[in-house]
Amino acid sequence: MLKNRCLIDPADFTREEFREIFDLAHQIIADPEKYSKSCEGKILATLFYEPSTRTRFSFEAAMLRLGGKVIGFSEPNSSSTAKGESIADTLRTIECYADIAAMRHPKEGAPRMASHYIQMPLINAGDGGHQHPTQTLTDILTIERLRGNVENKTYGFCGDLKFGRTVHSLVKFLSNYEGVKFIFISPEELRVPEYIREEVVKKKGIPFEEVDQMEPYMGQLDFLYMTRVQRERFFNEEDYIRLKDRFILDAEKMTYARPDTYILHPLPRVNEISTEVDNDPRAQYFNQARNGMYVRMALICKLLGIY
Amino acid sequence: MLEINSIERGIVIDHIKAGYGMTVFNYLHLENADYNVALIMNAFSLKMGKKDIIKINEVIDINYDFLGLIDPNATVNIIENGKTVKKVKLEVPETVTNIIHCKNPRCVTSVEHYFDHVFHLVDKEKRSYRCEYCDDIVVPYPNK
Repeated sequence: MLKNRCLIDPADFTREEFREIFDLAHQIIADPEKYSKSCEGKILATLFYEPSTRTRFSFEAAMLRLGGKVIGFSEPNSSSTAKGESIADTLRTIECYADIAAMRHPKEGAPRMASHYIQMPLINAGDGGHQHPTQTLTDILTIERLRGNVENKTYGFCGDLKFGRTVHSLVKFLSNYEGVKFIFISPEELRVPEYIREEVVKKKGIPFEEVDQMEPYMGQLDFLYMTRVQRERFFNEEDYIRLKDRFILDAEKMTYARPDTYILHPLPRVNEISTEVDNDPRAQYFNQARNGMYVRMALICKLLGIY
Repeated sequence: MLEINSIERGIVIDHIKAGYGMTVFNYLHLENADYNVALIMNAFSLKMGKKDIIKINEVIDINYDFLGLIDPNATVNIIENGKTVKKVKLEVPETVTNIIHCKNPRCVTSVEHYFDHVFHLVDKEKRSYRCEYCDDIVVPYPNK
């Protein structure tokens, strides 16, 4: 049962539990009006210690479209964090006012730690360069709406795979499904972290390759997941500048992709996808953003025990 | 030949991998002991070549998780009246709390200091552990 559970990491829920969320999301997309009063009287707290456009707005829009209300902060200095209040005390306080919370924090593991101090459901809206499980829900819903299911497909991940939390969460999720193959395209310094390679991919016997070129591999991909080099995770600006423009997807590179290869990106993008790709029908990153609201509506309902 | 007497009542931690005896000694804060303690380093061992041994002339509380983490092949004998009355079998612990500390500067443990540092066993052979919060993998005491 999903009521009152926390979603911090894709490993927190079973395949069957995720199936419940996706099924509800598809139903909401089909008839959003039917769900417009589902969360009347409920409050979502959004605690964003890091900048956000899509994630925060989609959580807030999701709750409002369910008939609920939203409180929160989008900047830690506008809260008592500026006075030195701990994460645990902040969450314990928020629990007095809200029914459910979504938290984004620059430090890895902050939502996991916070979940130990509260009883209400807590959603990890992104913790440093670690995990972003609701982006994965968004990505999977998009994949299902485009290709029916996630099984038996080859997924390419390109860009910053070391600090790319959306990559880590998506790989962790997909590794539970049959017939998946991964191609990791990145500079050597930005390869997937050891725990993803050893504990997730290798341990589950998933075929994968780690390469540093896009073109030779694009013809194999069902989905190409592009990512931004995460400037905010680098301690050294010079390293960021050296690595940031290594992989840029443009119209010329798109000629190497199949007619049925879809391009995904969690956004925001900087320059890793050229705007000349935006009107290509295979570019699905803005549809991803829209799907994010619907899947968060489903998640909120499930964690509040409404459906 | 160095000789240390047997103890009448206490604990003998034997077959510690050579070089790790001081680590165990320091973790148990034996430098503050007001009872007899002996740390023998690089003693001859038929099985291991050389080993470290700690003899403690007092029955104290020992964190067996820590010993299992350092060297699960070490032996712990509880001594009464000069005889071994109990042998504790050590295991590589599945979870360790507040023994290993995460060194990842991006981990929440680097800025919030009031909660337990928890690590979970990843690979028993390699003795690698994963931070509960950031998933960083560490090998604090390699199986060499």
